[in-house]
Amino acid sequence: MTLNDIWFLLFVVLIAGYLILDGFDLGVGILHLLVAKNDTERRLVLNSIGPIWDGNEVWLIVGGGVLFAAFPLAYASLFSGFYLAMMLVLLFLILRTVAIEFRSKRKPKGWRTLWDVVFSLSSLFIALLLGVAFGNIIAGLPLDALGNIHINVFELLTPFPLLVGISAVAMMAMHGAIFLIMKTDGELQQRVKGYAPRLMIIFFVLNTLVVLAILLFQSQTMENYNGTLLLGVFPAIALVALIVAWRMVRAERYFSAFVASSAMIALLLFSGAIGMYPNLLISSIDASNNLTINNAASEENTLVVMLVITLIGLPFVLAYTAGVYYFFRGKTELTAESY
Amino acid sequence: MNPEMLSRLQFALTASFHYIYPPISIGLGLMMVVLGVLYIRTKNPLWRQMSFFWVKIYALVFAMGIATGVVQEFEFGMNWADYSRFVGNIFGSLLAAEGVFAFFLEGGFLGLMLFGGRRLGPRMWLFATFMVAFGAHFSAVWIIMANSWMQTPGGYTVATTATGARAVMTSFREVMFTPSFLSRIGHVLVSAWMVGTSLMLSVSAWYLLKRQHIEIAKAGFRISVLLFFILSLIQLFVFGSESAAVVAEYQPSKLAAMEGLWETQECAPMTLIGWVDKESGATRGIQIPCVLSFLAGGSFDATVVGLNQIPEELWPPLQMTFQAYRFMIAFGSLFIPIGLLGVIFYYWQGRIFKMRWLLWIFVLSVFLTEAVTMAGWAVAEIGRQPWIVFGLMKTAEGISPTLSTEQVVASISIFIFLYIALFALFIFLLNAKIQHGPDPLEEDKPVSALPDTFREVFGRARTS
Repeated sequence: MTLNDIWFLLFVVLIAGYLILDGFDLGVGILHLLVAKNDTERRLVLNSIGPIWDGNEVWLIVGGGVLFAAFPLAYASLFSGFYLAMMLVLLFLILRTVAIEFRSKRKPKGWRTLWDVVFSLSSLFIALLLGVAFGNIIAGLPLDALGNIHINVFELLTPFPLLVGISAVAMMAMHGAIFLIMKTDGELQQRVKGYAPRLMIIFFVLNTLVVLAILLFQSQTMENYNGTLLLGVFPAIALVALIVAWRMVRAERYFSAFVASSAMIALLLFSGAIGMYPNLLISSIDASNNLTINNAASEENTLVVMLVITLIGLPFVLAYTAGVYYFFRGKTELTAESY
Repeated sequence: MNPEMLSRLQFALTASFHYIYPPISIGLGLMMVVLGVLYIRTKNPLWRQMSFFWVKIYALVFAMGIATGVVQEFEFGMNWADYSRFVGNIFGSLLAAEGVFAFFLEGGFLGLMLFGGRRLGPRMWLFATFMVAFGAHFSAVWIIMANSWMQTPGGYTVATTATGARAVMTSFREVMFTPSFLSRIGHVLVSAWMVGTSLMLSVSAWYLLKRQHIEIAKAGFRISVLLFFILSLIQLFVFGSESAAVVAEYQPSKLAAMEGLWETQECAPMTLIGWVDKESGATRGIQIPCVLSFLAGGSFDATVVGLNQIPEELWPPLQMTFQAYRFMIAFGSLFIPIGLLGVIFYYWQGRIFKMRWLLWIFVLSVFLTEAVTMAGWAVAEIGRQPWIVFGLMKTAEGISPTLSTEQVVASISIFIFLYIALFALFIFLLNAKIQHGPDPLEEDKPVSALPDTFREVFGRARTS
């Protein structure tokens, strides 16, 4: 395993951390208007993620920073190529943040409804856009010899990426529903309990379509699997994790269901990463333009320094993140500090 | 306008708008730690009541900082792809280190700080507050390292690759500690503490003028007025003048523009008020002879490089750099007499509480500290032009090759509308919170019953 391999793995781990953690709070946002019917319920939903959503979003920011440091050429090509799409992601990230903070600061019903809608729609669009971006990365992009991607925002909205986008929305909604059941009780919880199995079925169908589309139309990401069939255990265990999550939801063991659903998200991402490896961005023009973990990476010196920084920092991050989640465990209650 | 100029405007807009908030996260964060310590030491419920008030304001400011800060992490790749490719080895690793060390710290403990006041004992709550404030300071350290590398690059070598030149790291220590870093981080942190203390003074002075929440307002003065005065002295005489000396040594074109100095000379004058007349190649206004030589070179006859010795294509925008610097110096110096008056009349039997004109000055002080901070950044960043990495890469060379004018017009329009709306809402909510004032202290259960050690927090079932 080379230094570049380690960095690819670390980057994937960071993105997996983001998808698992922000995944459920985006999911909670997507479900916000559907499950919460009055002001108290909406505050409960909002406060279920209140103390933790910001820490979750940091995983995305750090993912961006790590991509910049470890694979600067991929960072530069990706975000300049996805310019307006990324602008929309930023717009929704900003709106979502202020919606959470502003909503309960004023009493009028119109004010609160406005920010409820902003919170929910921005959560939905962030999930959708990130999914579309993943879809495009898998499908390949018109990457020229200098690493530039000339594409406009509408050309990103082709059927396969859109399918991945919708599937991502379903995945996060499902993941968020399981989380929300753990954090709520009473009528609100009953309503979420009604949604959870349906969302799981919808996600299962959509994700199966994504897998079929990859098998049929995205052969560029199948080479590693064809070479080493054993790698198929990753998507296979992802499927097992989804089945476990389903059974745990049925058995009303929601913490176990949440763990299974988290594992499934990580395994799906790993399965995708295996398909991409060693490419970071695949060129639809010429395979020699591909940006890989080798030709897009920083020099050894930087990668070593960054590895030391990460090995010092990450154990602390995991320790206090776990501590904070432990502290705020249990059903959400509204207090003077709540949103 | 071309994509480059629009991208520069967009970056200036988004970075400036973002930087309204971090100085408060840093400076008010420090004051929140002070409040926590005071409560633990005195057990006076007044400090606890103040903590509950200020933490609400902190939450609002912090949310604005997060919302606008996300943009910064991705804007380098979006608008400045060739810059990102060139500096990724170095600049990218400083940004990543900021994320790993500082953002996670802030993000992790923010929930405990904002929601933990009535669930944690005072010591544990202070611990959470300290970690958030420490994270905000640590974040500033990394970002000033990154920016200082753009001003006075070090610890690198330039390598040629198939797809262009790259700055490659030779020494991480030299990348972190470039010649301008230490004076600049001091300058930035002191300015942030001044913003934090002036915010507390401003709100306290407002309450005194309105004859509301008198006890809390007086306590606010008590903990911040002396600190504000001391910081204003340190800023001018230590970090401000040291930063200027570093600029003189490493960025002569920036210094010449800051001072509007045309001829290289000994005993160079400093202009107090004036304007740069580019047509005739002269700077007019009120000047004090030899002061610039003293600031830049440490003696009244030191030689200072003038614009005429530098090729015109390497000049930064003269008028903007010059006036932003004048503004920073003029109002920055004003904080010393304001602070001094505050200290004198506070400690002279609290006479300040009856002096309405002086209280009004303190109400306005936070707007001034914020404006002066902005002006300082304008000097640093406009004065660095036409370079994106000083002496190494031009701003025009850093732009994303794929960017079209239409794209940047679209994004900058979104930012302008969004940020105007957000700022109006922010001021509206901040004002509402300040007018509402601190809530009376109501405890569900005695403070002593709250879990106040790691063992109590993690070792027993939560009782709420």
